[in-house]
Amino acid sequence: MSITVADVEHVARLARLELGADEKKLFAGQMDAILGYVEKLKELNTDGVRPTSHAIPVENAFREDLVCPSIGVDKALDNAPLKSGTYFSVPKVIE
Amino acid sequence: MKYQPVIGLEVHVQLLTDTKIFCGCSTKFGSEPNSQTCPVCLGLPGALPVLNKKVVEFAIKAGLSTNCSITPRSIFARKNYFYPDLPKGYQISQFEEPICQHGWLDIQLDGQEGKRIGITRIHMEEDAGKLVHGDLTGLDDNSGVDLNRACTPLLEVVSEPDLRSSDEAVSYLKQLHQIVTWLGLCDGNMEEGSFRCDANVSVMPVGSDTFGTRAEIKNVNSFKFVKQAIEYEIQRQIDLIEDGGTVVQETRLFDPNSGRTRSMRSKEEAHDYRYFPDPDLVPLVICDEWVERSRTELPELPEQCRKRFVSQLGLTEYDAEVLTANRPLAEFFEAGVAAHGNAKAVANWTMGEITRSLNDSGTSIRECPVTPQLLAELLKLIDEGTISGKIAKTVFDEMWRSGKAPQLIVEEQGLVQVSDGGAIESIIDEIMAANAGQVEEYRGGKEKVFGFFVGQVMKVSKGKANPAVVNELLLKKLKG
Repeated sequence: MSITVADVEHVARLARLELGADEKKLFAGQMDAILGYVEKLKELNTDGVRPTSHAIPVENAFREDLVCPSIGVDKALDNAPLKSGTYFSVPKVIE
Repeated sequence: MKYQPVIGLEVHVQLLTDTKIFCGCSTKFGSEPNSQTCPVCLGLPGALPVLNKKVVEFAIKAGLSTNCSITPRSIFARKNYFYPDLPKGYQISQFEEPICQHGWLDIQLDGQEGKRIGITRIHMEEDAGKLVHGDLTGLDDNSGVDLNRACTPLLEVVSEPDLRSSDEAVSYLKQLHQIVTWLGLCDGNMEEGSFRCDANVSVMPVGSDTFGTRAEIKNVNSFKFVKQAIEYEIQRQIDLIEDGGTVVQETRLFDPNSGRTRSMRSKEEAHDYRYFPDPDLVPLVICDEWVERSRTELPELPEQCRKRFVSQLGLTEYDAEVLTANRPLAEFFEAGVAAHGNAKAVANWTMGEITRSLNDSGTSIRECPVTPQLLAELLKLIDEGTISGKIAKTVFDEMWRSGKAPQLIVEEQGLVQVSDGGAIESIIDEIMAANAGQVEEYRGGKEKVFGFFVGQVMKVSKGKANPAVVNELLLKKLKG
């Protein structure tokens, strides 16, 4: 396992992060160290062990299909940097 | 070179629940933007999603009706991408362990052998919000985001790449549409986006067993457009290859105005979704008892219903197909048969007068003013000879307008059929006397004039004369 600057650039782009050249190098090293640490798990025999998706032994938490009051448009839009009518307003999305 | 198209469909089915998949906000369509939102569907920090049990029940039913196996333990995953209609920055979906897997539907094209189309998986997920562009006051050059639809429950039904033509794709899609609407899982409205389809299309040389590179076509919101979009895309790819180019894997948007597909550059890098299990939602465990209970709750499916109409009620394949187009129609027909008994007569009237009147008035079969019971009463009046089939249509129109019982209309308007030979005979005598010329023509061998006499009798009797009696007596009298 070796994380390259190109890997960092890829995940940074997916996360919409702009990183400087120094940061890319720094993070590549750090990510490599983290993944290397997790790699230790490979030393264990995990045959027949289901990949852990959840840390707690709970299953089937449901709600019934009953309408609850919504919070209302004023509250919903309260934190919006920009709004128009009762819409959130965002920079134009072109398709 | 000859090319073989290869098509797989991903269908999003919006579920008819009252609330969203992970919160109690209403899913009602057409409300004021952002009025049906809460911290969960707005993606506010700290809000926790809780799964709507009905969504699971709907998913199990969809799976069982499409011959899928139900996964005993399934989990939800986060699909990560940025888009303004996705408030959390990820969509809650299912990835590695979807609720239904390994199903199939059989399709049947005219004049061809039946074909089995594999269904890879059906998974549950939340819908995104809605973006509005342009002509909204105050929005200027921006786009508006309405999160009422965010978190609305969807099933995504993914087919195997088993489809080989646009006709096969449409046939599969129609069958899936019929099943989910029949079960009441989805309203099936394609224009409003309740049932939407993405098509994965590629081409390969005939005889090859290696699929070509595929393009994913989005935004096809009618059966007609699915056919058009796939056909355009197949030809585009063939032309490209013939000209020495290569097909690139990409998302393309169908434009219904031009009938063409075009590249969506915005989605280019979006295919790295970094799925991982959503820690906010615990695993979903479905025991055998739950599956079996769902199975017993399933109604007869359209295909079984169609076969039964043919084998038990003696309908033609065509009639059975028309009458099982949707469940309320099939139920209407069956109620009519239960009340009257003559399946063929009920079928004819249901497909004829009833359907015509529903279409003309834009009424749905559920609101049909002529109930199956009233229709049966009308048919009984014909059977008993009280009214003729022709008068029955007049009575039907009045039933449609007033909702009155046919018997009452017949009495009120004096429409009882005249079968009394004496009364009809005297009408015939009158007409023959007044039309001596035509009588001569008939007797001279011009048999076509017979129709003229029938018409005259019907006119004088205001349509009430029993046609069988009229025919018999006229023949006798004219032959002299």
